[in-house]
Amino acid sequence: MICVSAIDNRLSVEKSDPGRRGLKIKNPLREKACLKPELRRKDRPKLPEMSEFDVIRHFTRLSRLNFSVDTHFYPLGSCTMKYNPRFNEEAAALEGFASLHPLAHDDCAQGTLELLHDLGSRLKELLGLDAITLQPAAGAHSEFTGLLLAKAYFESRGEERDEIIVPDSAHGTNPATASMMGFTTVNLASRPDGRLDLETLKKHLGPRTAVLMMTVPNTLGIFETQIEEICRAAHEAGALVYMDGANLNALIGMVKPGELGIDMMHLNFHKTFSTPHGGGGPGGGAIVCRKALAPFLPVPTVKKEGGRFVSDFGDGRSIGKVKSFFGNTGVLVKAYAYMLAHSVKEFGEIARCSIINANYVRALLQDLYPSYSKEYCMHECVLTPGPDLAAKGLKTLDVAKGLLDRGFHAPTVYFPLIVHEAIMIEPTETESKETLDEFVAAMREIHALGVSDPQALKDSPHTMPVKRLDEVLAARQPNLRW
Amino acid sequence: MYVPHTEKDKEEMLKAIGAASLEDLVKQVPSKFLWPEFDLPRESLDESQAAARLTELSKKNCRPLSFLGAGAYERYTPAAVKAITSRTEFLTAYTPYQPEASQGTLQAIYEFQSTVCALYGMDCANASMYDGASSFAEAVRAAVRITGRRKIVYAAGVHPQYMDTLRTYFAHSPEYTYAKVPMKDGVMDKAALPALLEGAACLAVQTPNFLGLIEDMDGVADAAKKAGALLVAAADPVSLGVLKTPGEYGADFAVGEGQSLGLPLAYGGPYLGLFSCKKEHVRQMPGRICGMTKDKDGKRGFVLTLQAREQHIRRDKAASNICSNEALCALAATVYTALLGPEGMRELAEANMGAAAHAAGRLSSIKGCSLKFKGPFFNEFVLAVPGSAAAMRERALGQGVDIGLPLAPLYPELGETLLVCATEARTEADIARLEKAVKEAI
Ligand SMILES: Cc1ncc(COP(=O)(O)O)c(C=O)c1O
Repeated sequence: MICVSAIDNRLSVEKSDPGRRGLKIKNPLREKACLKPELRRKDRPKLPEMSEFDVIRHFTRLSRLNFSVDTHFYPLGSCTMKYNPRFNEEAAALEGFASLHPLAHDDCAQGTLELLHDLGSRLKELLGLDAITLQPAAGAHSEFTGLLLAKAYFESRGEERDEIIVPDSAHGTNPATASMMGFTTVNLASRPDGRLDLETLKKHLGPRTAVLMMTVPNTLGIFETQIEEICRAAHEAGALVYMDGANLNALIGMVKPGELGIDMMHLNFHKTFSTPHGGGGPGGGAIVCRKALAPFLPVPTVKKEGGRFVSDFGDGRSIGKVKSFFGNTGVLVKAYAYMLAHSVKEFGEIARCSIINANYVRALLQDLYPSYSKEYCMHECVLTPGPDLAAKGLKTLDVAKGLLDRGFHAPTVYFPLIVHEAIMIEPTETESKETLDEFVAAMREIHALGVSDPQALKDSPHTMPVKRLDEVLAARQPNLRW
Repeated sequence: MYVPHTEKDKEEMLKAIGAASLEDLVKQVPSKFLWPEFDLPRESLDESQAAARLTELSKKNCRPLSFLGAGAYERYTPAAVKAITSRTEFLTAYTPYQPEASQGTLQAIYEFQSTVCALYGMDCANASMYDGASSFAEAVRAAVRITGRRKIVYAAGVHPQYMDTLRTYFAHSPEYTYAKVPMKDGVMDKAALPALLEGAACLAVQTPNFLGLIEDMDGVADAAKKAGALLVAAADPVSLGVLKTPGEYGADFAVGEGQSLGLPLAYGGPYLGLFSCKKEHVRQMPGRICGMTKDKDGKRGFVLTLQAREQHIRRDKAASNICSNEALCALAATVYTALLGPEGMRELAEANMGAAAHAAGRLSSIKGCSLKFKGPFFNEFVLAVPGSAAAMRERALGQGVDIGLPLAPLYPELGETLLVCATEARTEADIARLEKAVKEAI
């Protein structure tokens, strides 16, 4: 972030100079191209005309305007912004993996198929479930896949169920997925402690309930202590239980989700399994499920036949494909590299230290930023600005911007929706005590500033490449392209 | 393992928390669930061991000289693209929820959206979808929302996996019906359009189509409009270096697979769903959209915008459930196209056409082989072969050449055929090897 020229915020096309060239394509076969004029585009695409060096400097400059895990502590709750090992990147870039065409003959893809098979087997054991698909591209895409599995399952049993129960603490993708799949979302109010209320749940469960979607631990970083009873109640009503696994970091190597009674769950490889988030993707997803749902998994899956690995297109009961080709395989190679780097015990250490880190931050901030939940948390905690800041008219957003000025990315804010002015902090296990101490000090300093000079905090950030941005203008007069 | 804590750290931290042990912290988890047995390796690998294992696996994949295309294209990734996408300020950032600390990612998204608009000739584009297939499915979903109709008309030349994905996206309800525009000479039979389009939400077309042929889009948008249907067009962005754009032929939604903009094949992903539309449909776009705005001092800046369409705001009323997309792939495509510029994109498209034309010429001169269709094609074509195409492919693989994709499983009506692709990555010498391999495989 240092010494980036703040004035030069031109777009690439504004740096363009007609006739200037970066990359050229000189394959002489080009001469053989021939195209009728009526099939040709009339206008030249408005793309920048730049030298390679211009391009490198332009995007390098942009990169320096970003906060990232490598440059800043990034305690974005629910997003598990842990260190992304460099080794993973090298593994995925190995020529044999990176250059494999998705329609390659199975004989040519034995290495990748073996990797996917081994990754799948290990994940099933780690999670205590029976079957897996690695096709979904992200968490939301996995939810979509999971609900389709449920649909196919109930159809195969001749049951018509059209409701999905989603607690009000759930991530937006849960209800969005439910309605995208034609289900009705039944919103379930949480108890004051943030947990599901078993009796309320039972009232909503019935012959129309297809799936109970729950996040474990939930988005408040709280474990559903009655999960066994919850799953039992759902099953007694003939429904399935879906676990949003975005928060698996709290449980990995310590609890097998399958033993809790859930029927299926998703993984976000870009959270729990350390694959980088890339400023918004690519992610990688998976649905891991019980045997009863296995016949409906998307195709292909990988199976071992004799000594050979083959793509398995199932027995015709599959829900089909959720994306083209196999899945985000490049991301899966990174997840596998991460898998190899951990023994069972070391996975448990991830859960352990992510829980210690979240509780440590919570304990040191509680007096100024009251925690929504009065109990210990799991891997993340949800705090609030507290009465001192509220009295000065300061909001969570102000705290978030104050953090940017102090060299920390803000936590997730205003989520979960059930907490007024939520500040959701997930430090992850890869952050050291020293970093957390610095973060706590910054949060305390912000509190002091808010009390002594609230306007200074309202005006923050002061040190970023831009000040607070006009989001209303952006929405009223959309300017979405050059 | 990547955890920094020493035993002493943990002790101190537990003490600060006021807990005696970790077990204290996780009392909310019924103890019978804690620390189960796992049948997994007791020892992890150190980095060099893991590297050896992964290298060994990567070498089990063989690397024939490949003429496979069919929706994923082998292309050289320039060093400058890799240099930018491996900048960890991009690589290890999250979705830009804090715009002041994410201007780099945001401006890159804005430039990506602009690039997609420029290539497709469309008004607006989003920050990306998972891949071409999911973009295609979401565009059809948007058309269904806008028109309130349930009938989906599609050309027979749409990528079969796009159609599979589309059907999955609509699998929740039997109300949706499909009508296929039949194929004539490898392209859609336009004469069939008026009858089929009656009551349709959209006409979904891909050009160049799955068989590599360029569809004649003249009058197609009008036919759709007359029936009150929208036009959804899928196109390979590289082809648009020279071909008429969806904007020019009047598409309402234009989508594509961005893998061909310099991303590695990587056995199917991560790829890049390109999604664009006419201005009037902007509020029906799924996913993230970045917009330019001003900060408090009037300075240019970028934010995520029009979020009232999205899951985190609208929950069960959202246009789509998508959250994470393929941002880093979008960055790669933006850098790739910036390096090429308009001239480079034209050269690239022409090199593809030239390489495929040359390959088609060579292969069709082999006795028993012929081009299945006469129409103009982009960078792949259908070759009719004598005898089993699948068996020929296996024999040629033995010689280190993947001669293309046998089409019989997908299009039985085409008989024994191969879909052969040659991008600019193939040289005259490569194509001579292909010719020899096909001859020997017959
Ligand atoms: C609890 C929860 N569920 C689902 C998702 C969606 O995951 P993705 O962004 O991979 O689609 C997220 C990610 O933000 C999440 O935190």
